[in-house]
Amino acid sequence: MPETAFEPWNDPNEKPLIQFRNVTKRFGDFTAIDDLSIDIFEKEFFALLGPSGCGKTTMMRMLAGFETPTSGTIMLDGQDISPIPPNKRSVNMMFQSYALFPHLTVYDNIAFGLKRDKLPKDQIDARVKEMLRLVQIEKFGQRKPEQISGGQRQRVALARSLAKAPKLLLLDEPLSALDKKLRQDTQFELMDIQEKTGTTFVVVTHDQEEAMTVASRVAVMDHGKLKQVDTPDRIYEAPNSTYVADFIGDVNIIEGHATAQGNTVSIVWAEGQPPIIGTPTTPIEGKVSFAIRPEKIAISADQPTDRANVVQGKVLDIAYLGNLSTYHVQLPNGVIIKAQTANSRRRARRPFTWEDQVWLSWTDTAGIVLDN
Amino acid sequence: MNLRRFSLIAVPYFWLLALFLVPFLIVFKISLSDIALAIPPYTPTLELSEGWAGFRDFASQLDFENFEFLATDDLYWKSYLSSLKIALISTFFCLLIGFPIAYGMANAPKEWQPTLMLLVILPFWTSFLIRVYSLIGILSQEGMLNQFLMWTGIINDPLTILNTNIAVYIGIVYTYCPFMILPIYATLTKLDGSLLEAAEDLGCSRTEAFWRITVPLSKAGIIAGCFLVFIPALGEFVIPSLLGGSDTLMIGKVLYEEFFANRDWPVAGAVAVILLLILIIPIVLYQRNEQKQMEAEA
Ligand SMILES: Nc1ncnc2c1ncn2[C@@H]1O[C@H](COP(=O)(O)OP(=O)(O)OP(=O)(O)O)[C@@H](O)[C@H]1O
Ligand SMILES: [Mg+2]
Repeated sequence: MPETAFEPWNDPNEKPLIQFRNVTKRFGDFTAIDDLSIDIFEKEFFALLGPSGCGKTTMMRMLAGFETPTSGTIMLDGQDISPIPPNKRSVNMMFQSYALFPHLTVYDNIAFGLKRDKLPKDQIDARVKEMLRLVQIEKFGQRKPEQISGGQRQRVALARSLAKAPKLLLLDEPLSALDKKLRQDTQFELMDIQEKTGTTFVVVTHDQEEAMTVASRVAVMDHGKLKQVDTPDRIYEAPNSTYVADFIGDVNIIEGHATAQGNTVSIVWAEGQPPIIGTPTTPIEGKVSFAIRPEKIAISADQPTDRANVVQGKVLDIAYLGNLSTYHVQLPNGVIIKAQTANSRRRARRPFTWEDQVWLSWTDTAGIVLDN
Repeated sequence: MNLRRFSLIAVPYFWLLALFLVPFLIVFKISLSDIALAIPPYTPTLELSEGWAGFRDFASQLDFENFEFLATDDLYWKSYLSSLKIALISTFFCLLIGFPIAYGMANAPKEWQPTLMLLVILPFWTSFLIRVYSLIGILSQEGMLNQFLMWTGIINDPLTILNTNIAVYIGIVYTYCPFMILPIYATLTKLDGSLLEAAEDLGCSRTEAFWRITVPLSKAGIIAGCFLVFIPALGEFVIPSLLGGSDTLMIGKVLYEEFFANRDWPVAGAVAVILLLILIIPIVLYQRNEQKQMEAEA
């Protein structure tokens, strides 16, 4: 993120670049996109997240011009784009299936769009070489797509969509086939390109970490609807539903009955267990879900005294993740709660082991109280 | 393992040997003989009973006289050239008609495609000869085509189509078009639609995407179809003799006349050998194309 806060979505004077207005897309009697409205602003890096088949690609294809909405309008720069054919939109798309031209070399694939713009030869050549360098496939320019690996193909597809430097770039899972190191490099390259050229990116990803790293805003989709559109930190720290909380990152979800106590609520959730004290964002009572991230839960051998919520249980399972360890702790009533600690020191021995009795504790603001 | 492999390779080679190479050698031998009033109507014949001397005697009588004769009489090379021309032009028209049909079929709704395919191969259910005969009924002076055109008022006097080269073209294009359509259709159905979308996305119009993506990617099918039409059309005999006129020169017709009318087997043999040599070039090219395509798909 740039130094000054980049939040055009909070500025009523900003005009959105893309506007979906009550867009519905049906295939036969199947509704792929369901009355969806959203504004995406210039220079945003907008990430679409959601389970398979929720309509991410369909949204992209409508922006690129390969599908027309069944109802509703899509505006680009304040203009209804439905009558504009795909080749006249200053939008480029990277296809989930790559769609590389098998009869052309890698070089010619990347040059394809530039040649259609009738640019001078040396300019095309310079641009293609720049793109090849960017995605680290200089060596394969003269190969055909069938002669390179899957990850390399993905990079060619990415380079081909970037080459024309369009106003809006649609990337459908651009980095899914890359190894972690290359993926991170490419993520930073993308952010760099975006900062240099001011291109607006709409990116589909299955990788939450990627969405968290690169996105200015994240949209979580489900069944053709937007569940939440927010900045990555708010999506993570303040999900508006158990669906979003569960979809992004790891979470413990406890259902219970809340009664207000001043600013906090007391959630009765199981017999023989103390009620959970939580702080809802808006006053709430009745049936609720309490969501708390594992890293917000402290684990200790002795009973802590300074926390609002304290429960005891025994260690059922330990998942060692290198930098972190996740403990699965079973409470006396059978409920399993995940708690996470950072492995800040190298050590041969874990502080806790299987079957250990431990105390879990968290503050009254650590979790989120969600309406059911 | 080697034995297994050997037997696998041996089968097609044996097939080739028995059904192509041996007959070819027999024809080639006849083409080196001289015409004679005998049964079979040429000399020499190999007398195996006389052993090695008989073979020497036999071999010494073989010569290339008939091939020299083919070169001196311009009927022959004119027939070859005319056949080449007719085959080339027919191939071109087959492509012109076949490609749009194949394209339409490949883009038709999935559930229609088997039916369309059936319609293309339906003519094969009747005999080739009957189909060509029925063309006579359509193309003759009193035929359906002329009657229809006169009924619509486009023409007042019937057109002479039958017994001209035009009838030959119509006949060849009609009978061989399926051989053009099917391979092109096969490559077009394999074409990934998202490639066309990608091309459009990168700035191509629909038409440009067709020329830059669809056509190059169906090249293998186009080449296969062209050879499948060109090769049999070149040696075609039935169509020119039934639909063509007396001035229609095609080498297949000449071959037939030499063989059956003149009973000059040696000259007919020489005509056939040259025809085969001409055909070998496109056949080899066709095989290369098929092989390349198979390698590309592997
Ligand atoms: N042309 C089509 N005809 C019928 N149904 C379609 C068509 N295209 C997409 N769908 C359906 O619409 C839904 C959304 O598809 P879409 O491709 O947008 O999913 P997605 O979110 O991109 O999924 P993934 O993450 O697996 O790529 C799916 O259920 C899919 O089956
Ligand atoms: Mg998709």
